[in-house]
Amino acid sequence: MNWLNVFTGLFIAVYSLSVTAGQGKLLGTPGVSQIEGSAGGGLVPWAQLAGYASEDEFAINGFCSRADVTDYSLDVCGAQINIFDRVELSYAQQRFEVPALDTTIEQSITAAKVRLYGDIVYSPWPQLSLGVQHKSLDDGTVATLVGAQETRGTDIYLAASKLHLGALVGYNVFWNLTTRYSDANQLGLLGFGGENTSKELLFEGSAAIFLSREIALGVEYRQKANNLGLGEQDWQDIFIAWMPNKYVSITAAWLELGSIAGAKNQTGWYLSVTGYW
Amino acid sequence: MKKTVCLLFAIILTACTSTTNSTLYQKLGGQVGIERLTDSFINEIGNDKKILAYFMDANVAHFRAGFINHLCALTDGPCEYKGDSMVAIHTGMNITEADFNRVVDLLINAMDEQKVSHTVQNKILAKMAPLRPEIIRI
Repeated sequence: MNWLNVFTGLFIAVYSLSVTAGQGKLLGTPGVSQIEGSAGGGLVPWAQLAGYASEDEFAINGFCSRADVTDYSLDVCGAQINIFDRVELSYAQQRFEVPALDTTIEQSITAAKVRLYGDIVYSPWPQLSLGVQHKSLDDGTVATLVGAQETRGTDIYLAASKLHLGALVGYNVFWNLTTRYSDANQLGLLGFGGENTSKELLFEGSAAIFLSREIALGVEYRQKANNLGLGEQDWQDIFIAWMPNKYVSITAAWLELGSIAGAKNQTGWYLSVTGYW
Repeated sequence: MKKTVCLLFAIILTACTSTTNSTLYQKLGGQVGIERLTDSFINEIGNDKKILAYFMDANVAHFRAGFINHLCALTDGPCEYKGDSMVAIHTGMNITEADFNRVVDLLINAMDEQKVSHTVQNKILAKMAPLRPEIIRI
Protein backbone atom coordinates (compact mmCIF):
# COMPACT_ATOMS: atom_id res chain seq x y z
CA MET A 1 0.00 0.00 0.00
CA ASN A 2 2.59 2.43 -1.23
CA TRP A 3 0.01 5.02 -2.26
CA LEU A 4 -1.33 5.19 1.26
CA ASN A 5 2.05 6.36 2.56
CA VAL A 6 2.27 9.03 -0.11
CA PHE A 7 -1.26 10.14 0.56
CA THR A 8 -0.68 10.33 4.31
CA GLY A 9 2.53 12.27 3.66
CA LEU A 10 0.78 14.81 1.46
CA PHE A 11 -2.04 15.10 3.95
CA ILE A 12 0.33 15.87 6.83
CA ALA A 13 2.36 18.24 4.64
CA VAL A 14 -0.65 20.36 3.83
CA TYR A 15 -2.00 20.40 7.35
CA SER A 16 1.38 21.27 8.86
CA LEU A 17 1.33 24.37 6.65
CA SER A 18 -1.90 25.22 8.47
CA VAL A 19 -3.38 26.32 5.20
CA THR A 20 -7.10 25.84 4.97
CA ALA A 21 -8.08 23.77 1.98
CA GLY A 22 -9.08 25.69 -1.08
CA GLN A 23 -12.77 26.08 -1.92
CA GLY A 24 -12.29 28.83 -4.46
CA LYS A 25 -13.64 27.10 -7.56
CA LEU A 26 -17.25 26.71 -8.55
CA LEU A 27 -18.94 23.40 -7.75
CA GLY A 28 -18.09 20.61 -10.19
CA THR A 29 -15.55 22.62 -12.18
CA PRO A 30 -12.39 20.68 -11.10
CA GLY A 31 -13.71 17.51 -12.71
CA VAL A 32 -13.09 14.14 -11.06
CA SER A 33 -10.14 11.69 -11.02
CA GLN A 34 -9.16 9.67 -14.07
CA ILE A 35 -7.67 6.16 -13.94
CA GLU A 36 -4.06 7.36 -14.09
CA GLY A 37 -4.58 9.71 -11.13
CA SER A 38 -4.81 13.07 -12.88
CA ALA A 39 -7.82 15.36 -12.65
CA GLY A 40 -10.08 14.55 -15.55
CA GLY A 41 -13.00 12.44 -16.39
CA GLY A 42 -12.68 8.68 -16.00
CA LEU A 43 -10.40 7.79 -18.91
CA VAL A 44 -9.12 11.17 -20.08
CA PRO A 45 -7.01 13.75 -18.21
CA TRP A 46 -8.51 17.25 -18.47
CA ALA A 47 -6.96 20.71 -18.38
CA GLN A 48 -8.37 21.45 -14.93
CA LEU A 49 -6.14 20.90 -11.93
CA ALA A 50 -7.48 18.59 -9.22
CA GLY A 51 -9.46 20.01 -6.34
CA TYR A 52 -11.07 23.31 -5.45
CA ALA A 53 -7.92 25.43 -4.96
CA SER A 54 -7.82 28.79 -6.74
CA GLU A 55 -4.77 31.00 -7.40
CA ASP A 56 -3.80 31.50 -3.74
CA GLU A 57 -4.96 28.20 -2.25
CA PHE A 58 -3.87 24.58 -1.80
CA ALA A 59 -6.03 21.52 -2.20
CA ILE A 60 -5.52 17.86 -1.52
CA ASN A 61 -7.69 15.02 -2.79
CA GLY A 62 -7.81 11.26 -2.53
CA PHE A 63 -9.67 8.86 -4.78
CA CYS A 64 -10.39 5.21 -5.47
CA SER A 65 -11.87 3.78 -8.65
CA ARG A 66 -12.87 0.35 -9.88
CA ALA A 67 -13.49 -0.82 -13.43
CA ASP A 68 -15.08 -4.20 -13.87
CA VAL A 69 -15.20 -5.49 -17.45
CA THR A 70 -15.94 -8.87 -19.00
CA ASP A 71 -12.62 -10.63 -18.36
CA TYR A 72 -10.69 -8.20 -16.16
CA SER A 73 -10.92 -5.70 -13.35
CA LEU A 74 -8.86 -2.66 -12.47
CA ASP A 75 -8.58 -1.03 -9.05
CA VAL A 76 -6.92 2.34 -8.70
CA CYS A 77 -6.32 4.49 -5.65
CA GLY A 78 -4.36 7.69 -5.53
CA ALA A 79 -3.99 11.25 -4.35
CA GLN A 80 -3.45 14.67 -5.85
CA ILE A 81 -2.17 17.94 -4.52
CA ASN A 82 -3.01 21.26 -6.13
CA ILE A 83 -0.63 24.16 -5.55
CA PHE A 84 -2.10 27.60 -6.31
CA ASP A 85 -4.11 26.10 -9.17
CA ARG A 86 -0.87 26.23 -11.14
CA VAL A 87 0.66 22.81 -10.48
CA GLU A 88 -0.97 19.44 -9.84
CA LEU A 89 1.09 16.56 -8.48
CA SER A 90 -0.43 13.11 -8.27
CA TYR A 91 0.34 9.52 -7.45
CA ALA A 92 -1.75 6.48 -8.29
CA GLN A 93 -1.41 2.74 -7.85
CA GLN A 94 -3.20 0.45 -10.27
CA ARG A 95 -4.05 -3.23 -9.66
CA PHE A 96 -5.12 -5.04 -12.81
CA GLU A 97 -6.59 -8.45 -12.20
CA VAL A 98 -6.68 -11.25 -14.74
CA PRO A 99 -8.78 -13.99 -13.10
CA ALA A 100 -8.30 -16.40 -16.03
CA LEU A 101 -4.55 -16.47 -15.41
CA ASP A 102 -4.84 -15.94 -11.66
CA THR A 103 -2.50 -12.97 -12.12
CA THR A 104 -2.39 -9.40 -10.83
CA ILE A 105 -0.39 -6.70 -12.62
CA GLU A 106 0.50 -3.65 -10.56
CA GLN A 107 1.62 -0.28 -11.85
CA SER A 108 2.44 2.99 -10.13
CA ILE A 109 1.97 6.36 -11.83
CA THR A 110 3.64 9.56 -10.70
CA ALA A 111 2.33 12.58 -12.54
CA ALA A 112 2.44 16.33 -12.79
CA LYS A 113 0.33 18.87 -14.63
CA VAL A 114 0.95 22.58 -15.15
CA ARG A 115 -1.76 25.04 -16.05
CA LEU A 116 -0.42 27.13 -18.93
CA TYR A 117 -3.38 29.40 -19.56
CA GLY A 118 -6.88 30.29 -18.58
CA ASP A 119 -9.82 29.21 -16.50
CA ILE A 120 -12.42 26.77 -17.82
CA VAL A 121 -15.29 29.09 -16.84
CA TYR A 122 -14.03 32.63 -17.32
CA SER A 123 -11.26 32.92 -19.88
CA PRO A 124 -12.28 33.63 -23.49
CA TRP A 125 -10.13 30.75 -24.76
CA PRO A 126 -10.10 27.24 -23.25
CA GLN A 127 -7.95 26.45 -20.23
CA LEU A 128 -4.72 24.84 -21.40
CA SER A 129 -2.51 22.49 -19.40
CA LEU A 130 0.57 20.39 -20.04
CA GLY A 131 0.96 17.11 -18.18
CA VAL A 132 3.37 14.26 -17.76
CA GLN A 133 2.61 10.78 -16.37
CA HIS A 134 5.50 8.51 -15.46
CA LYS A 135 4.45 4.88 -15.18
CA SER A 136 6.31 1.94 -13.76
CA LEU A 137 5.26 -1.71 -13.59
CA ASP A 138 6.06 -3.43 -10.30
CA ASP A 139 6.71 -6.69 -12.15
CA GLY A 140 7.24 -6.64 -15.91
CA THR A 141 7.00 -10.39 -16.52
CA VAL A 142 3.66 -10.33 -18.36
CA ALA A 143 4.60 -7.20 -20.34
CA THR A 144 7.83 -8.75 -21.53
CA LEU A 145 6.06 -12.02 -22.34
CA VAL A 146 3.59 -10.29 -24.69
CA GLY A 147 6.39 -8.44 -26.49
CA ALA A 148 6.66 -5.04 -24.78
CA GLN A 149 10.05 -3.32 -25.08
CA GLU A 150 9.98 -1.54 -21.71
CA THR A 151 8.38 -1.97 -18.31
CA ARG A 152 8.32 1.74 -17.58
CA GLY A 153 7.38 4.72 -19.69
CA THR A 154 6.40 8.36 -19.73
CA ASP A 155 3.36 9.92 -21.40
CA ILE A 156 3.20 13.63 -22.18
CA TYR A 157 -0.11 15.33 -22.91
CA LEU A 158 -1.58 18.70 -23.74
CA ALA A 159 -5.19 19.27 -22.67
CA ALA A 160 -7.69 22.02 -23.49
CA SER A 161 -10.98 22.35 -21.58
CA LYS A 162 -13.89 24.77 -21.60
CA LEU A 163 -17.19 25.14 -19.77
CA HIS A 164 -19.82 27.16 -21.64
CA LEU A 165 -22.35 28.72 -19.26
CA GLY A 166 -25.94 28.17 -20.37
CA ALA A 167 -24.78 27.26 -23.88
CA LEU A 168 -27.23 24.45 -24.64
CA VAL A 169 -30.74 25.81 -24.01
CA GLY A 170 -29.53 27.15 -20.70
CA TYR A 171 -27.57 24.08 -19.61
CA ASN A 172 -23.82 24.30 -18.98
CA VAL A 173 -21.77 22.41 -21.52
CA PHE A 174 -18.24 21.12 -21.00
CA TRP A 175 -15.72 19.76 -23.47
CA ASN A 176 -12.10 18.67 -23.37
CA LEU A 177 -9.54 17.70 -25.98
CA THR A 178 -6.29 15.99 -25.08
CA THR A 179 -3.33 15.03 -27.24
CA ARG A 180 -1.07 12.40 -25.74
CA TYR A 181 2.40 11.34 -26.85
CA SER A 182 2.76 7.77 -25.65
CA ASP A 183 3.91 4.24 -26.35
CA ALA A 184 1.96 2.63 -23.49
CA ASN A 185 0.15 -0.66 -24.10
CA GLN A 186 -3.21 -0.73 -22.30
CA LEU A 187 -2.19 2.23 -20.06
CA GLY A 188 1.23 0.60 -19.52
CA LEU A 189 -0.24 -2.45 -17.79
CA LEU A 190 1.12 -4.47 -20.74
CA GLY A 191 4.35 -2.46 -20.83
CA PHE A 192 5.57 0.13 -23.30
CA GLY A 193 6.27 -0.14 -27.03
CA GLY A 194 6.44 -3.22 -29.21
CA GLU A 195 8.55 -4.53 -32.01
CA ASN A 196 9.54 -1.71 -34.40
CA THR A 197 7.13 0.79 -32.83
CA SER A 198 7.72 4.26 -31.52
CA LYS A 199 5.78 6.79 -29.49
CA GLU A 200 2.83 8.32 -31.28
CA LEU A 201 0.33 11.13 -30.93
CA LEU A 202 -3.04 9.93 -29.69
CA PHE A 203 -6.26 11.92 -29.36
CA GLU A 204 -8.69 11.89 -26.47
CA GLY A 205 -11.87 13.82 -25.94
CA SER A 206 -14.76 14.35 -23.55
CA ALA A 207 -18.07 16.18 -23.63
CA ALA A 208 -20.59 16.65 -20.86
CA ILE A 209 -23.74 18.49 -19.99
CA PHE A 210 -24.56 19.65 -16.46
CA LEU A 211 -28.18 18.69 -15.80
CA SER A 212 -27.99 20.62 -12.52
CA ARG A 213 -25.20 22.17 -10.38
CA GLU A 214 -24.50 18.68 -8.99
CA ILE A 215 -25.00 16.25 -11.86
CA ALA A 216 -23.06 15.98 -15.10
CA LEU A 217 -23.73 13.49 -17.88
CA GLY A 218 -21.07 12.89 -20.47
CA VAL A 219 -19.11 10.77 -22.90
CA GLU A 220 -15.40 10.13 -23.38
CA TYR A 221 -13.22 8.75 -26.14
CA ARG A 222 -9.58 7.69 -25.90
CA GLN A 223 -7.53 6.65 -28.90
CA LYS A 224 -5.10 3.77 -28.29
CA ALA A 225 -2.05 2.49 -30.10
CA ASN A 226 -1.73 -1.15 -31.13
CA ASN A 227 2.00 -1.69 -30.51
CA LEU A 228 1.79 -5.35 -29.55
CA GLY A 229 -0.33 -6.58 -32.46
CA LEU A 230 -2.91 -7.84 -29.96
CA GLY A 231 -5.75 -5.82 -31.46
CA GLU A 232 -5.74 -3.02 -28.84
CA GLN A 233 -8.72 -0.75 -29.54
CA ASP A 234 -9.87 2.77 -28.70
CA TRP A 235 -11.75 3.21 -25.43
CA GLN A 236 -15.04 4.94 -24.78
CA ASP A 237 -17.48 5.47 -21.97
CA ILE A 238 -20.65 7.23 -20.99
CA PHE A 239 -20.61 8.66 -17.47
CA ILE A 240 -22.68 10.35 -14.82
CA ALA A 241 -20.97 12.34 -12.08
CA TRP A 242 -22.59 13.52 -8.87
CA MET A 243 -20.94 16.39 -6.99
CA PRO A 244 -23.23 17.12 -4.06
CA ASN A 245 -20.73 19.51 -2.42
CA LYS A 246 -17.07 20.58 -2.50
CA TYR A 247 -15.98 17.60 -0.37
CA VAL A 248 -16.94 14.56 -2.41
CA SER A 249 -17.77 13.41 -5.93
CA ILE A 250 -19.05 10.06 -7.16
CA THR A 251 -18.81 8.95 -10.78
CA ALA A 252 -20.38 5.94 -12.47
CA ALA A 253 -19.71 4.95 -16.06
CA TRP A 254 -20.40 2.31 -18.66
CA LEU A 255 -17.15 1.28 -20.37
CA GLU A 256 -16.51 -0.07 -23.84
CA LEU A 257 -12.83 -0.97 -23.97
CA GLY A 258 -12.77 -3.22 -27.03
CA SER A 259 -10.19 -5.98 -27.15
CA ILE A 260 -7.72 -6.36 -24.28
CA ALA A 261 -4.86 -8.85 -24.69
CA GLY A 262 -6.85 -10.90 -27.17
CA ALA A 263 -10.11 -10.98 -25.19
CA LYS A 264 -12.69 -9.16 -27.28
CA ASN A 265 -15.60 -6.85 -26.41
CA GLN A 266 -14.56 -5.81 -22.92
CA THR A 267 -17.52 -3.89 -21.50
CA GLY A 268 -18.59 -3.19 -17.96
CA TRP A 269 -19.07 -0.78 -15.08
CA TYR A 270 -16.86 1.86 -13.58
CA LEU A 271 -17.27 3.51 -10.19
CA SER A 272 -15.08 6.22 -8.72
CA VAL A 273 -15.12 8.30 -5.53
CA THR A 274 -12.99 11.39 -4.92
CA GLY A 275 -12.70 13.17 -1.57
CA TYR A 276 -11.56 16.81 -1.44
CA TRP A 277 -9.85 18.49 1.52
CA MET B 1 -24.50 3.73 -26.26
CA LYS B 2 -24.59 6.20 -29.16
CA LYS B 3 -28.40 5.83 -29.18
CA THR B 4 -28.55 6.89 -25.53
CA VAL B 5 -26.45 9.98 -26.22
CA CYS B 6 -28.56 10.92 -29.25
CA LEU B 7 -31.76 10.42 -27.29
CA LEU B 8 -30.46 12.67 -24.50
CA PHE B 9 -29.68 15.48 -26.93
CA ALA B 10 -33.01 14.99 -28.71
CA ILE B 11 -34.88 15.47 -25.44
CA ILE B 12 -32.93 18.62 -24.67
CA LEU B 13 -33.49 20.06 -28.14
CA THR B 14 -37.21 19.34 -27.91
CA ALA B 15 -37.28 21.20 -24.63
CA CYS B 16 -35.54 24.05 -26.46
CA THR B 17 -38.10 24.50 -29.20
CA SER B 18 -40.99 24.65 -26.74
CA THR B 19 -39.60 27.65 -24.86
CA THR B 20 -40.84 31.11 -25.76
CA ASN B 21 -38.72 34.05 -26.78
CA SER B 22 -39.25 36.12 -23.64
CA THR B 23 -36.27 38.04 -22.26
CA LEU B 24 -34.32 36.95 -19.20
CA TYR B 25 -35.78 40.02 -17.51
CA GLN B 26 -39.29 38.64 -18.03
CA LYS B 27 -38.23 35.16 -16.94
CA LEU B 28 -36.96 36.68 -13.68
CA GLY B 29 -40.41 38.17 -13.08
CA GLY B 30 -39.64 41.69 -14.28
CA GLN B 31 -38.84 44.56 -11.91
CA VAL B 32 -40.52 42.90 -8.91
CA GLY B 33 -38.66 39.63 -9.48
CA ILE B 34 -35.32 41.42 -9.80
CA GLU B 35 -35.96 43.40 -6.60
CA ARG B 36 -36.80 40.21 -4.70
CA LEU B 37 -33.72 38.47 -6.09
CA THR B 38 -31.53 41.43 -5.09
CA ASP B 39 -32.93 41.39 -1.56
CA SER B 40 -32.21 37.65 -1.28
CA PHE B 41 -28.68 38.29 -2.56
CA ILE B 42 -28.10 41.08 -0.02
CA ASN B 43 -29.39 38.77 2.68
CA GLU B 44 -26.93 36.04 1.57
CA ILE B 45 -24.05 38.54 1.66
CA GLY B 46 -25.14 39.73 5.10
CA ASN B 47 -24.84 36.18 6.40
CA ASP B 48 -21.36 35.60 4.98
CA LYS B 49 -18.65 37.11 7.20
CA LYS B 50 -15.91 36.82 4.59
CA ILE B 51 -17.84 38.61 1.84
CA LEU B 52 -19.55 41.07 4.18
CA ALA B 53 -16.07 42.40 5.00
CA TYR B 54 -15.83 43.83 1.47
CA PHE B 55 -19.01 45.82 2.14
CA MET B 56 -17.89 47.51 5.37
CA ASP B 57 -17.80 50.95 3.71
CA ALA B 58 -20.74 50.34 1.40
CA ASN B 59 -24.13 52.00 1.48
CA VAL B 60 -26.63 49.13 1.23
CA ALA B 61 -29.39 51.25 -0.37
CA HIS B 62 -26.94 52.50 -3.00
CA PHE B 63 -25.72 48.94 -3.69
CA ARG B 64 -29.31 47.68 -3.92
CA ALA B 65 -30.38 50.35 -6.42
CA GLY B 66 -27.22 49.88 -8.50
CA PHE B 67 -27.51 46.07 -8.57
CA ILE B 68 -31.21 46.17 -9.54
CA ASN B 69 -30.44 48.66 -12.33
CA HIS B 70 -27.46 46.62 -13.55
CA LEU B 71 -29.33 43.29 -13.47
CA CYS B 72 -32.26 44.85 -15.35
CA ALA B 73 -29.89 46.09 -18.07
CA LEU B 74 -27.94 42.80 -18.26
CA THR B 75 -31.12 40.74 -18.65
CA ASP B 76 -32.42 42.88 -21.54
CA GLY B 77 -34.97 44.68 -19.39
CA PRO B 78 -36.18 48.23 -20.09
CA CYS B 79 -33.20 49.87 -18.36
CA GLU B 80 -29.83 51.35 -19.10
CA TYR B 81 -27.13 50.88 -16.47
CA LYS B 82 -26.30 54.31 -15.08
CA GLY B 83 -24.28 53.31 -12.03
CA ASP B 84 -20.53 53.55 -11.48
CA SER B 85 -18.27 51.39 -13.64
CA MET B 86 -17.34 47.94 -12.35
CA VAL B 87 -13.68 49.01 -12.31
CA ALA B 88 -14.39 52.16 -10.28
CA ILE B 89 -16.46 50.21 -7.73
CA HIS B 90 -13.97 47.37 -7.20
CA THR B 91 -10.63 49.19 -7.44
CA GLY B 92 -8.68 48.83 -4.22
CA MET B 93 -10.72 45.85 -3.02
CA ASN B 94 -8.20 43.26 -4.29
CA ILE B 95 -10.92 40.65 -4.70
CA THR B 96 -9.45 37.16 -5.09
CA GLU B 97 -10.60 34.48 -7.55
CA ALA B 98 -11.90 32.50 -4.59
CA ASP B 99 -13.97 35.34 -3.13
CA PHE B 100 -15.36 36.20 -6.57
CA ASN B 101 -16.59 32.61 -6.91
CA ARG B 102 -17.92 32.72 -3.36
CA VAL B 103 -20.10 35.67 -4.37
CA VAL B 104 -21.23 33.67 -7.42
CA ASP B 105 -22.22 30.89 -4.99
CA LEU B 106 -24.18 33.41 -2.90
CA LEU B 107 -25.98 34.68 -5.99
CA ILE B 108 -26.84 31.09 -6.94
CA ASN B 109 -28.22 30.57 -3.41
CA ALA B 110 -30.34 33.69 -3.83
CA MET B 111 -31.62 32.50 -7.23
CA ASP B 112 -32.44 29.08 -5.74
CA GLU B 113 -34.32 30.83 -2.94
CA GLN B 114 -36.31 32.83 -5.51
CA LYS B 115 -37.04 29.62 -7.46
CA VAL B 116 -35.21 30.85 -10.57
CA SER B 117 -34.90 27.82 -12.88
CA HIS B 118 -31.50 26.22 -13.46
CA THR B 119 -31.35 27.22 -17.13
CA VAL B 120 -32.30 30.85 -16.45
CA GLN B 121 -29.67 30.93 -13.68
CA ASN B 122 -26.99 29.79 -16.13
CA LYS B 123 -28.01 32.37 -18.73
CA ILE B 124 -27.76 35.13 -16.10
CA LEU B 125 -24.33 33.85 -14.99
CA ALA B 126 -23.25 33.82 -18.64
CA LYS B 127 -24.18 37.52 -18.90
CA MET B 128 -22.24 38.37 -15.75
CA ALA B 129 -19.12 36.23 -16.24
CA PRO B 130 -17.48 38.56 -18.80
CA LEU B 131 -17.45 41.32 -16.12
CA ARG B 132 -14.97 39.35 -14.00
CA PRO B 133 -11.79 41.03 -15.34
CA GLU B 134 -13.29 44.41 -14.29
CA ILE B 135 -13.86 43.13 -10.75
CA ILE B 136 -11.06 40.90 -9.46
CA ARG B 137 -7.41 41.61 -8.57
CA ILE B 138 -7.80 45.41 -8.82
